[in-house]
Amino acid sequence: MKILVCISNVPDTTSKINFTEGDTKFDTNGVQFVINPNDEFGLTRAMWFKEKQGATVHVATVGGAQTEPTIRKALAIGADEAIRINAEPTDGFFVARQLAEVVKNGGYDLVIAGRESIDYNGGMVPGILATLLDMNFVNTCIGLEVDDNNATAMREIDGGKEKISTSLPLVIGGQKGLVEESDLRIPNMRGIMMARKKALNVVEPIDAPKPTQDQKFEKPAPKGPVKLVDAENVGELVNLLHNEAKVI
Amino acid sequence: MSVLVYTESDKGKFKKNAFEVASYAYAVAQQLGESVTAVSMNVDDNEILGTYGVSKVLKVSNADLHTFNAKAYANVLAQAAEAEGAKVVIVSSSADTKFLAPILTAKLNAGYVPNVVAAPEGTSPFVVKRTAFSNKGFAHTEISAEIKVVGVSNNAFGAVENPTSASVEDFSPSLGDADFTTKSVEVDKVVGKATIADADIVVSGGRGLKGPENWGMIEELADILGAATACSKPVSDLGWRSHGEHVGQTGKPVASNLYIAIGISGAIQHLAGVSASKTKVVINNDPEAPFFKAADYGIVGDAFEVVPKLIEKLKEFKAQNA
Repeated sequence: MKILVCISNVPDTTSKINFTEGDTKFDTNGVQFVINPNDEFGLTRAMWFKEKQGATVHVATVGGAQTEPTIRKALAIGADEAIRINAEPTDGFFVARQLAEVVKNGGYDLVIAGRESIDYNGGMVPGILATLLDMNFVNTCIGLEVDDNNATAMREIDGGKEKISTSLPLVIGGQKGLVEESDLRIPNMRGIMMARKKALNVVEPIDAPKPTQDQKFEKPAPKGPVKLVDAENVGELVNLLHNEAKVI
Repeated sequence: MSVLVYTESDKGKFKKNAFEVASYAYAVAQQLGESVTAVSMNVDDNEILGTYGVSKVLKVSNADLHTFNAKAYANVLAQAAEAEGAKVVIVSSSADTKFLAPILTAKLNAGYVPNVVAAPEGTSPFVVKRTAFSNKGFAHTEISAEIKVVGVSNNAFGAVENPTSASVEDFSPSLGDADFTTKSVEVDKVVGKATIADADIVVSGGRGLKGPENWGMIEELADILGAATACSKPVSDLGWRSHGEHVGQTGKPVASNLYIAIGISGAIQHLAGVSASKTKVVINNDPEAPFFKAADYGIVGDAFEVVPKLIEKLKEFKAQNA
């Protein structure tokens, strides 16, 4: 089985968000970039397929040269090879078209992407990619087993989960649950050394339109001070929620 | 021409978000000088959509569509968009819709923007405001493609009444085996309880509750309020509660009217995930907990003393206002 894990290079979850150039760009100053958490769960599941079922695992990202430390980390965790499409990932459809080209040329059976990146939250790359290539697709995937050509996936739904039966070739939009937080791997020294020797192929993007453009960003309006209620006077909270906030 | 809206249903009844997206579609149609056409799946009583500004309902009745299937549903919507000549398609932010919207987008070669929180700022160019950076910010995003798919955030626009007389037409899409290559085998879903996605109130517990055995009072509080229960990331990582309850940046976003955080200190990732909630209450014994800076109301105190009192007071309140 040949697996492609799609990686997005995102600000660490603890990052404070600021904008620059007249609020038209995300301010990367002082921001630590990491593998998108939803993708990392998928990458770790791919490592399981590699170790238990002999799968080959490649990773791909759409991004500039500044994303290479993140890709190297994926190689250090255990991916066999990496592909970087040399373009700025400013639109989900554009990114999906770039990755579709990689999948088509690479003959992958399974594509694992995160359900969304935690920066731009488009949540569309895996679904568009699957549809462009007429592959099966399962979103918000929290469990995946593959047996020959058959796949059984668990999907998170509102208020529960759903078991889905499908077949390869398959694209999933993954998230926590594919593996547990405690299963995530920190690259060891051997992995980091080996990653240096692994192939990181840079390819130029294909021509593709960008149907959406972020024009301007803003931060949420600052919050007013909290109204404290005495712990001995809990009834006052009920009163405030009913008469002032009008939410109960 | 019309603005197309997908009005979701569950077991033949429209979901709350169906009225929100219909209201949103009406606002867009007003800007464009068009009318609203809704698509419903296996719903008998469609006239109610007229209350929210829908002029026409394409009623799909198909036994193969009783269970949600993203690819098949997306194909139905794509055919409806084509039949109506719709250039704008409005959808919700439910898990099912976020599954089908990218498929629909690819089929229509459209531009898709999810997590939209307000009516378009303009239609030429077509610009919408959406959340980004997992609710730590907003983006004003232009959709320049000819066909636009807009995903409206839960509880952001609200259901707005615009009484219209809705005509109902049967719509029979053409579907084949290729649309059903992913099959639902089993659905394991909480019934009769509010879910985090569509609850008006969410009651959430953190590590301050010390262990899963102490969740009884969280559930009791949620029951009284008709609320969904949720938890912080450490709680789900420790296995005290299921992943499905984890809210925050890497879990589920919450956009309820009221969010009550108990024993949650308020890590930046958690605060981001719940920031779209309209009123936030924090109960924590540490007055320095970051959540107090993000909350509207707070009680500094021991959850094990405060929550039982709150339950008691709410029972009295319910009895008086019954």
